[in-house]
Amino acid sequence: MQQTITQKILARAANRKFVDAGESVWLNVDILLTHDVCGPPTFDIFKQEFGPDAKVWDPSKVVVLPDHYIFTANEHAHRNIDLLRQFAKEQGLEHYYDVGTDRYKGVCHVALAEEGFNLPGTVLFGTDSHTCTSGAFGMFGSGIGNTDAAFILGTGKLWEKVPESMLFTFDGEMPEYLTAKDLILQILGDITTDGATYRTLEFDGEAIFSLPMEERMTLTNMAIEAGGMNGIIAADAITEAYVKSKSQKPYEIFQSDPDARYHSKYRYNVRELEPVVAQPHSPDNRATVRSVQGTTITKSYIGSCTGGKLTDFVMAAKILKGRKVAVQTNIVPATVKVALDLEHELYEGQTLKQIFEDAGCSIALPSCAACLGGPSDTVGRSVDNDVVVSTTNRNFPGRMGSKNAGVYLASPLTAAASAITGKLTDPRDFL
Amino acid sequence: METIIQGKAYVLGKNIDTDQIIPAEHLVYSLSDPEEVKLYGKYALSGVPPAQGGLPEGNIPFVRDGEFSSDYTIIIAGPNFGCGSSREHAPFALQVAGVKAVVAESYARILYRNCVDGGFVIPYETAEHLNQLIATGDELKIDIEANTLENLTRKVTYKLNSLGDVFKIVQAGGIFAYARAENLMAQS
Ligand code: SF4
Repeated sequence: MQQTITQKILARAANRKFVDAGESVWLNVDILLTHDVCGPPTFDIFKQEFGPDAKVWDPSKVVVLPDHYIFTANEHAHRNIDLLRQFAKEQGLEHYYDVGTDRYKGVCHVALAEEGFNLPGTVLFGTDSHTCTSGAFGMFGSGIGNTDAAFILGTGKLWEKVPESMLFTFDGEMPEYLTAKDLILQILGDITTDGATYRTLEFDGEAIFSLPMEERMTLTNMAIEAGGMNGIIAADAITEAYVKSKSQKPYEIFQSDPDARYHSKYRYNVRELEPVVAQPHSPDNRATVRSVQGTTITKSYIGSCTGGKLTDFVMAAKILKGRKVAVQTNIVPATVKVALDLEHELYEGQTLKQIFEDAGCSIALPSCAACLGGPSDTVGRSVDNDVVVSTTNRNFPGRMGSKNAGVYLASPLTAAASAITGKLTDPRDFL
Repeated sequence: METIIQGKAYVLGKNIDTDQIIPAEHLVYSLSDPEEVKLYGKYALSGVPPAQGGLPEGNIPFVRDGEFSSDYTIIIAGPNFGCGSSREHAPFALQVAGVKAVVAESYARILYRNCVDGGFVIPYETAEHLNQLIATGDELKIDIEANTLENLTRKVTYKLNSLGDVFKIVQAGGIFAYARAENLMAQS
């Protein structure tokens, strides 16, 4: 029987040869991820259900990365970190990355990749909807709630309905002005925010396989914005090179069979696409940048798991080099590693950090920061009627703080170009 | 498990995401401390833009100022209810506010799983565009065994989709109770 890559990975995790779309199966979980917002309630449920002295099923498979509410004075937020610390200690969790220590990493989805937890063919569940990001590594990654996570903590297993897959093929060579963000916003405009509910978004085509891992992660990251259970890109030589540089662990590469069954297939030529944004207040409210060019903005935000990776900042630097921003521009590296890279990575002889500082941007400490609004003292949080151009992944009402603000989701190129003019601007004007 | 759910309807539009159900700034409260838990009731659905809350008229608060629970027991919504983040605080907040069931045209996967596996509220689907046929404040009655929703105010009955596979989990009261009953929890 022919299967998609997602079916094959789930079949492996269910100890089966074949699983069919639509059937519910029990999966063995390779990694469980949690963070400061959902970790404490997950641990509470775990203790309630398995007893106060219960031990997690496998401490080497639990990864705890605090990242959401880190640099804030909010005392409830601090208490959540204390709870993570306590649980990690009592359970002997080796993969806990404590705030305020050398081990602190930053945004969990990017840190998982950097720390070598993403391995082709494996199954990852996480208490964060963007756990689908890891699908860029030819693995299954999906978000769950606290109860499901507590169930995994105790048993190492979870039921899941095998998804149907939707295939998105991108032909052609990526032009300089186009990014993974434009591709996924294009798809979202076409299929809408519930166009892939309970399904897989599988990405294919020469344009996809020309992308570095970070850009691939931008695509799979936003699978959830279409309601997808997971996003996936089969592992290739680029994936293997990345994985081998981070981990010695074994992995298995799966590919979709040539005549696997798909729910639907979409095909694009990247040469015919152009830079786009998602207008307020939904990720599927797509418009070409040209068509909304000139809309006044009050802030530019370059950060998050979607748009705060090194490649995102290299793109932004290309545009910001030697220019000045006209509006408040927040540079928020996803992780400590990305923050360090900003100090070393050169673009035309200058470090990215220098380029951003010269342009008048403020560089924040690595965390989720204003991507999800956060406590009132969060860096970059939108206020009043702010109009923000942002490289993040969601623009629902209130997502970045103020309920009256409007957020335009865009690529790092578009966010940088717009920062310079103070108006939504097509990056081709500066490239 | 109760087989009848009766109470007032609160009607919403489509794509009600988890930031509208419980805004991120409130996620810091404990989900086990009884005093803090009340705050989830207080802020349930507080992220819905006022004009879109309590349709068709709108501008009807879900929870009245100074209160910790809602007068409404059943949420009626359009497609894609609960899209957005994985926060289980969302169905939890609805439960704390006093909601027993949601009837929507469709759900985002994570929220749907959370409702079922956590045993917070029952997520019914229906093919009818109920959010255009029911008004906030209508008295509704859901029959869990018959899969019907009766609008007592307007004297109309609608068919709800069967819960299918997940009925057993809903009936048990969540994934833990279900797994225990089915002997799936090897380590407990
Ligand atoms: S950066 Fe934003 S989208 Fe990513 S995990 Fe943090 S809050 Fe979620």
